[in-house]
Amino acid sequence: MGDWKTITVPVLSPDNKNILPYTSERKRSPTSMNSQVLRLSLPSSKNMHSFFSAFCTEENIEQSISYIDRELTTLGFPSIYAESKGKELNLISIINCINELLVLQHKNLRAQEEVEMQHLKLGSDMDHLQNCYAKLKEQLELSKREIVGLQERDRQLQSKNRNLHQLLKNEKDEVQKLQNIISSRATQYNHDMKRKEREYNKLKERLHQLVMNKKDKKIAMEVLNYVGRADGKRGAWRTDKTEARNEEEMYKVLLSDYEQRQKQLLLENAELKKVLQQMKKDIISLLPPQKQKPKERSEDGLVLSDQEEDIGELNKENMWELSCETVREQLTNSIRKQWRMLKNHVEKLDNQVSRGHSGALNEKDVISREDHELETEKLELEIQQCKEMIRTQQQLLQQQLTCDDETTLLLQDCYLLEERERLQEEWSLFREQKKNFEKERKSFTEAAIRLGLERKAFEEDRGAWLKHQFLTMTADCKSENVTTPSAFLRSNLTDDVCLLLGSDPDIRLVKSASRQRKHPAVLSAPVSAEPCQTSQYIAQNSVASEKPAADNLPNLWVESDDKEETE
Amino acid sequence: ASCVQHRLVVRDASSLQIRQLYTCLDQIQYIEWSSDSLFILCALYKRGIVQVWSLEQPDWHCKIDEGSAGLVASCWSPDGRHILNTTEFHLRITVWSLCTKSVSYIKYPKACQQGVAFTKDGRYMAVAERRDCKDFISIFVCSNWQLLRHFDTETQDLFGIEWAPNGCVLAAWDTCLEYKVLLYSLDGRLLSSYRAYEWPLGVKSIAWSPSSQFLAIGSFDEKVRILNHVTWKKITELDHPATIASKKTIVYKEVEKSPTVDTERLSFPPTRALASSLFSTQSKYDISQVPLSLQYIKPVADRANPKVGVGMLAFSADNCFLATKNDNIPNAVWIWDIRKLKLSVVLEQLCTIQCFQWDPCQPRLAVCTGSSRVYLWSPAGCVVVQVPGGGDFQIVSLSWNSSGDSMLLLSKDHFCVCYLEREEV
Repeated sequence: MGDWKTITVPVLSPDNKNILPYTSERKRSPTSMNSQVLRLSLPSSKNMHSFFSAFCTEENIEQSISYIDRELTTLGFPSIYAESKGKELNLISIINCINELLVLQHKNLRAQEEVEMQHLKLGSDMDHLQNCYAKLKEQLELSKREIVGLQERDRQLQSKNRNLHQLLKNEKDEVQKLQNIISSRATQYNHDMKRKEREYNKLKERLHQLVMNKKDKKIAMEVLNYVGRADGKRGAWRTDKTEARNEEEMYKVLLSDYEQRQKQLLLENAELKKVLQQMKKDIISLLPPQKQKPKERSEDGLVLSDQEEDIGELNKENMWELSCETVREQLTNSIRKQWRMLKNHVEKLDNQVSRGHSGALNEKDVISREDHELETEKLELEIQQCKEMIRTQQQLLQQQLTCDDETTLLLQDCYLLEERERLQEEWSLFREQKKNFEKERKSFTEAAIRLGLERKAFEEDRGAWLKHQFLTMTADCKSENVTTPSAFLRSNLTDDVCLLLGSDPDIRLVKSASRQRKHPAVLSAPVSAEPCQTSQYIAQNSVASEKPAADNLPNLWVESDDKEETE
Repeated sequence: ASCVQHRLVVRDASSLQIRQLYTCLDQIQYIEWSSDSLFILCALYKRGIVQVWSLEQPDWHCKIDEGSAGLVASCWSPDGRHILNTTEFHLRITVWSLCTKSVSYIKYPKACQQGVAFTKDGRYMAVAERRDCKDFISIFVCSNWQLLRHFDTETQDLFGIEWAPNGCVLAAWDTCLEYKVLLYSLDGRLLSSYRAYEWPLGVKSIAWSPSSQFLAIGSFDEKVRILNHVTWKKITELDHPATIASKKTIVYKEVEKSPTVDTERLSFPPTRALASSLFSTQSKYDISQVPLSLQYIKPVADRANPKVGVGMLAFSADNCFLATKNDNIPNAVWIWDIRKLKLSVVLEQLCTIQCFQWDPCQPRLAVCTGSSRVYLWSPAGCVVVQVPGGGDFQIVSLSWNSSGDSMLLLSKDHFCVCYLEREEV
């Protein structure tokens, strides 16, 4: 529709230029009425007028006439010119042409109307069809949805069907089983029935036989001699007493059996109770004293005290071996409580451990498992060692304490013997040493005597030499100082000698002690000779005094000589 | 003692030397030693006569004639001085006394598998009776045969009764159509009744444990249920499936070893020894890998007394093991550990198990399957023992000596004694 309008616009413009395209279009129009339908709009009378005047004016009449003639001849109409070659117009042919043109125009108009009608019809048909199409589409959608719904229902029904089939099968199986049972029972019944019937028949025959048989075999027993009873007693008459006794015995048997069973059960019970109590104690010991909340502490304290009371009570109860309901219930309830607490505690520990792995705060509280285990191992080892020690000590103690008198005496004797032997050994040792020392002493005394003699000789010589010297020296010069000190020294020396002689035993003892090492016993050694002592003293003195002057020596020697001479 | 036709042969147990020889009037059907081993009774059912022989005095003899009453069963009383004869058609039980020649009668005894039960100490005897289509149990005192208690049972058809080894509880069970086990105290009170299920076939076999702590009930549904003596309630159910899946059970499988024959030494005609060694197959035990499945036989559905369920139950003497046989799996012996209540060992044999019995002293089980080999199991292991002397000896049943040192093996016509060496420690 829109297309057509655009075309009609240029057609309506009253321009000379557009005449040619218009006429060409006009040519086409009777031959083809396809898509590019041109609407031949009848211009209005005013336009026509202007249009006509536009085409033909006074100037170009000839031209327009020739043009029209040309067009008409091309269209197939006869020429509007007269047959002569002049420019005279054939009016008849012009009118005919005009008529023809009018007819043609009418025909075209009609055709156009028809086409327009058809066009409208088609348009309405199209609309109708489009509506139909839309409706059908909706219907299709609806039906599709319906189909889906129906399919769903169908599926559900099928599954229900399957279930019902299954149920049916199960029921059938059960029925089959029951039938089997019934059949087996029936066969069993039949079998028993048949057996009974057979026996019945036999009985009947037997009865028949017996009735017929007059000669009846005697039922008897032949024994060569009586056999004694197995337990040696004689048979008893059947009286009421025996019946009562039988009853008694029977009840005794039953009672003894029941008593035995009860004993066993009591034992079991006691054991189990012990185990439970042990468990309870262990659980209580496992639970740590909680320091965190005072509330909990009070609770624990209460509970603990309760349990302690319980333990006390139960211990008492067990001592009396009561097994009443309340005690049992108490025990089990307390154990359950303890167990729950332990569980909570363990859970808390678990939480702590898991938190401890992530956080570092609780590490102090939580002892790592390995440390714990190591410690426990160490403790166990210690315990083992201590136990062993205790055991050995106990054994020793026992040996000592639990000996009989005889054994103690023996032991004492043994000890005495031991001691005596030891003493004897030591004595022998001492004796040997004593001998050795005596030998030594003798040798020493001999040596000392020799030494003394030698010294004497030496001193005599020395004295002689000194005298000689002295005499020569005094002959030379006066030496008063020499005499007084010598006299002084002499007196000193004599004092010292006396003192030392007095304290000889000490010196001797000391010396002997130094020579003979460990000798607690007193030696009854004889006093050695004097010259030995003196020689010793002199030697000591000579050693003790730091720098015995050479002057003193000769004096000493002189003094000793003198002393010896005097003594 | 063994009987041949109408002769009774008594041999020494350790040397098998013949000690005595007695002749009876007719073919002997049943022999039994008295409890003090001084007398042997020989029952001649066809003639209705019981003859008693003495071991100390070979000249002594005793004959009990039931006459027209007939004889169906005969047994000693626990004191060894009375003989209980069951007359034909179970009309009555006659108690003959060897000391006083007196006779007592017990009327209306029940014709069931185990109708008469003695306590272990021999003091009391329980007899199952049936009067007016109702079951009763009578308890007698064995010393003077006085009736102690008489009470009725709630069973449809009492099948058997058995005393517990402690002599205080009596177990009574119903026919296999009805699963019901009743427990009565010595004075006749009903202690408890146990019923595992209602309709399928019920109890097949029952065994008490030697300490009277457990009662094992084997039923037709291939399960063993164990009741405890305190509450008389089931403590466990032992199942016998055809596939063993648990890794903790040991399965010993008997495999045949083909005999090796030296082809050069074959002679024609073949000597007897060679022939027997060719045909007698050796076998040994192999440990099979678990899981494994055993040979399962589906029973024929339309026969009575089907070969289904636990048919044989036995507790070991030390109360530690329970040996069972499921008739559906007839080649296997199942050994359960009672302390753990679990399956510990399965012995799979080549042939159907005929009989097994525990050693009365140790936890040793001897099994025979109808072949010429006896199989021994103990917690230390298991061993196959071949009966020497050819492969003709088909062992049908076996019986231990009460000292546990030797074992009697019975075939159809022969018997032999197997001596077990004691380990020198």
